[in-house]
Amino acid sequence: MTLTPRTGWADEKRGCTVAKRKPPQRRPVPDPLTKCPTGVRGLDEVTLGGLPQGRPTLVCGGAGCGKTLLGMEFLVRGAEMAEPGVFMAFEESAAELTANVASLGWDLRTLQKQGKLVIEVVRVDPAETEVSGEYDLEGLFLRLGLAIDQVGAKRVVLDALEELFAGFSDHGVLRAELWRLFRWLKDRGVTAIITAEQGDGALTRHGLEEYVSDCVIFLDHRVARQVATRRLRVVKYRGSLHGTNEFPFLIDEHGITVLPVTTVQLGGHVASMERVSTGNDELDDMFGGKGYFRGSSVLVSGSSGSGKTSLAAYFADATCRRQEKCLYFAFEESESQIVRNMLSIGLNLGQWTARGLLRFHTSRPAAHGLEEHLAMVYKVVAEEQPSAVVIDPITSFLAVGSVEEYKAMITRLLDLLRSRQITSLSTSLASTGAVSVEVSETGISSIIDSWLMVRSLELAGERNRSLYILKSRGMAHSNQVREFLISEKGIRLVEPYVGEGGVLTGSARLQQEARDRAAGLLARQELETETLGLERKREALEARIAAMRAEFDAEAIEVADTIKRGTQRAVRATGERKDMATSRGISGE
Amino acid sequence: MVARDKPGTPAMAATPPEAWELRLYVAGQTPRSLAAIANLKTFCEEHLAGRYNIEVIDLVENPRLARDHQILAIPTLVRKLPPPVRKVIGDLSNSERVLVGLDLVPRDRRR
Repeated sequence: MTLTPRTGWADEKRGCTVAKRKPPQRRPVPDPLTKCPTGVRGLDEVTLGGLPQGRPTLVCGGAGCGKTLLGMEFLVRGAEMAEPGVFMAFEESAAELTANVASLGWDLRTLQKQGKLVIEVVRVDPAETEVSGEYDLEGLFLRLGLAIDQVGAKRVVLDALEELFAGFSDHGVLRAELWRLFRWLKDRGVTAIITAEQGDGALTRHGLEEYVSDCVIFLDHRVARQVATRRLRVVKYRGSLHGTNEFPFLIDEHGITVLPVTTVQLGGHVASMERVSTGNDELDDMFGGKGYFRGSSVLVSGSSGSGKTSLAAYFADATCRRQEKCLYFAFEESESQIVRNMLSIGLNLGQWTARGLLRFHTSRPAAHGLEEHLAMVYKVVAEEQPSAVVIDPITSFLAVGSVEEYKAMITRLLDLLRSRQITSLSTSLASTGAVSVEVSETGISSIIDSWLMVRSLELAGERNRSLYILKSRGMAHSNQVREFLISEKGIRLVEPYVGEGGVLTGSARLQQEARDRAAGLLARQELETETLGLERKREALEARIAAMRAEFDAEAIEVADTIKRGTQRAVRATGERKDMATSRGISGE
Repeated sequence: MVARDKPGTPAMAATPPEAWELRLYVAGQTPRSLAAIANLKTFCEEHLAGRYNIEVIDLVENPRLARDHQILAIPTLVRKLPPPVRKVIGDLSNSERVLVGLDLVPRDRRR
């Protein structure tokens, strides 16, 4: 007795009853599609919730694009969510499958023992089979049914179902059986993934996409500029919105990560008014005394050796000082190199890495494609949840893609960080210290909030660094060019000498300052002399006054003496006259 | 369900009796299954009289065997003995294909 498949009309009937219940609505509104969250990172975001529940999904793509892995992860994640699964393998043996995914930390043997997974290996051997009369593939149905019942499977993966076409020459029978199989899967209510190899000019080699009408996902593994990038695209998803773009995806030690980065929208986040320190007081002063906006994108550009990394390290240090997490993507130097170099300017980054506040992520630009770099940043940011990110230098991505791709990637990258309120500081290496820097970066300037330029000025036989703010949105900022000094004590920003000879820096500034000091000294000395002269005059005057006073005093004493003697003489004369009268008797009176 | 059909007396006593172990996998009592069983019996009586042994396995009763014996198509006829193992799929209505499938053609020629 063959299993007569029930037809799939049940769903549509249900849709009709809904329509009857709501007479005014002309068009019947079917039940909203239920979705089965796959648990594969990012895939559920791209499909806005997961795969169609209880229906088959076709996953197609070229060899080595990750179809089998996607299927297996679907089951492994299902097992974690108490949804047991069946993996029907037409290509590989159970041992091979188990070994292949062991490196991703998936222990298929344990899952099988726990009754969460069944691996059903189907061998299709074309050589030894002769056909006599009519047949069907009931054996396949029986085996699948048995496996599903064994663990109460909710999920099924048919890996490389098209292998059947190699085993059975009568494709008419096969196609009829495939129709039956897909209906049967729907009737069983399992959410299924069917993988198929990409065909010439078609999604699959044997046109399986005709059978699976609900959801088709295409995987691609493309090589451009010797760099391979994996991409995923939802070709169709009946009855559901979905991201239509190609999304890069990664296969790493945790499995698949799809990156819905292109879905990041502008305006989905609130611009913060909070300010964060640049790590240097003098630089903070240039930004209105407060530093960058939190969640803004900062670009530091300059030629090589102009001190970009030092500025980046200061910013990282300031972030960690606030006990916030900072992620440092280094594409040119290793972690130990940066830590050592920054120690030479008095910055101890090692203390932050030891406390887990600072995390370095170093890789070579050419190690991945642009998309994968983006994916990597996305993944690490999602894992670490930092409040600040340093990308040093961002221009190293130019080595991997074209300028257009680079701009698109940077835009998405910075948008991603901004949407998560992460302050980002990127350094940009200008090929030369020439003027063209600003021109070459116009592509990304529109997404930069604060832009610092560090320049090397060559003058009088030496190179000196100068720094200025090209732009800083939404804040008052200095328009001054500062001289940018890096010493073992750290970085300093000094007002350069501005005079007749233009802006002077370095020794020239020092010389000029020395000259100024000398001139100042001279003037001070003259003043002192003048003051002294006046003092002397005053002293001379005082002396003369004293002398005249002494003369007057002497004269006064003399006069007083004369007066006194005169008076005494007069008194004496009167006395003598009386005595004479007395001696003469009365004769006189 | 396992059914064994023992043949009657050996038709050719002259040739050394070579035992043929045949196994037929069916799924339930469908017309196609019944036809396959009937066709196989007729075929054996005609070509292997007296030296064959047929085992019919119903996979609906015992689906585990479909996995263990790697059966996909129904009906499937398997020649277990003499080696090597041979498979013929279908309701066995075309006896010439069965002859080829069971490797009986060259044997007849030799005889």
